[in-house]
Amino acid sequence: MRWFWIDRFTYFKSRERAEAIKNISLTEEPVDEYLPRFPIFPNSLIIEGLAQTGGILVAEAFDFRERIVLAKIGSAKFFKPARPGDQLAYTARIDDLQNDGAVISAQAHCNGERQADVQMLFAFLDEARFGTEQLFNPANLLTMLRLMRLWEVAQDAEGNPLTVSKNLLDDEGTSQPMASIG
Amino acid sequence: MPTQDEVFEKVQAALVDALGVDDDEVTPEATMVGDLGAESIDFLDIVFKLEKAFDIQIPREELFPEDILTNSEYVKDGKVTDEGLAELKKRMSWADLSKFEENPRVQDFGDLLTVNDLCSYVNSKVGA
Repeated sequence: MRWFWIDRFTYFKSRERAEAIKNISLTEEPVDEYLPRFPIFPNSLIIEGLAQTGGILVAEAFDFRERIVLAKIGSAKFFKPARPGDQLAYTARIDDLQNDGAVISAQAHCNGERQADVQMLFAFLDEARFGTEQLFNPANLLTMLRLMRLWEVAQDAEGNPLTVSKNLLDDEGTSQPMASIG
Repeated sequence: MPTQDEVFEKVQAALVDALGVDDDEVTPEATMVGDLGAESIDFLDIVFKLEKAFDIQIPREELFPEDILTNSEYVKDGKVTDEGLAELKKRMSWADLSKFEENPRVQDFGDLLTVNDLCSYVNSKVGA
């Protein structure tokens, strides 16, 4: 199973806001097994989906050079369960963006109704404390972002189509595809 | 320019929000780590909140002088030397280092900062 908790991006404006959707299906193991006979999509995986939406927004702001981790959930409120057949619309906005971290406000909506509000803090791993090992193989990350159709909707800060990061493209020809994600 | 009470109230609000503690736990004497349970990642969160609340920039090394505490010129046998203490005082003139000076073990530095120190730091930035 891949650790992909969004299905595709629907909007992406660099350094500002990202939107993605997640369709909930009864065929997903976490839905089927989390609460037997009451199939819901676990809230923790909604947080993960919002974190992927927001984390990619933050990562792109640094041209995918920083190693970004979800460091803290400031708050998370859930207003209704997400059930099979629902489509969750995720929105992540950058509240604060600095050289050592970022604050993201994220929401999930279902059929226009608010489903979740989550505040997240992302931190960047520095070499002094965490070494230089990569979190993601850049080529694999690029493949994942293509699967999520990021480049179909992504805009730069001026609203022009976002070109694929050279940092990710340079690695593409030399790597094993999708070897280490998921 | 905010008054000292206003500074305390905003610092208190930031700490309540970042650490999930109650208002009355955030006393001036409370230590950030020992009393309020702050972990390393919380400090980044607190810095972000203080910058926003007071519209200030906080150079990280002013609050977290790790460069001094990991410098072999200033640390011997796990303790900060006199020269190191002098550097710390210069960098952190707003902090009360008197207790730390009695036994300046590097490992104890993390639990040094109090809410009052944080308010003093903010005051030094906003000129309250």
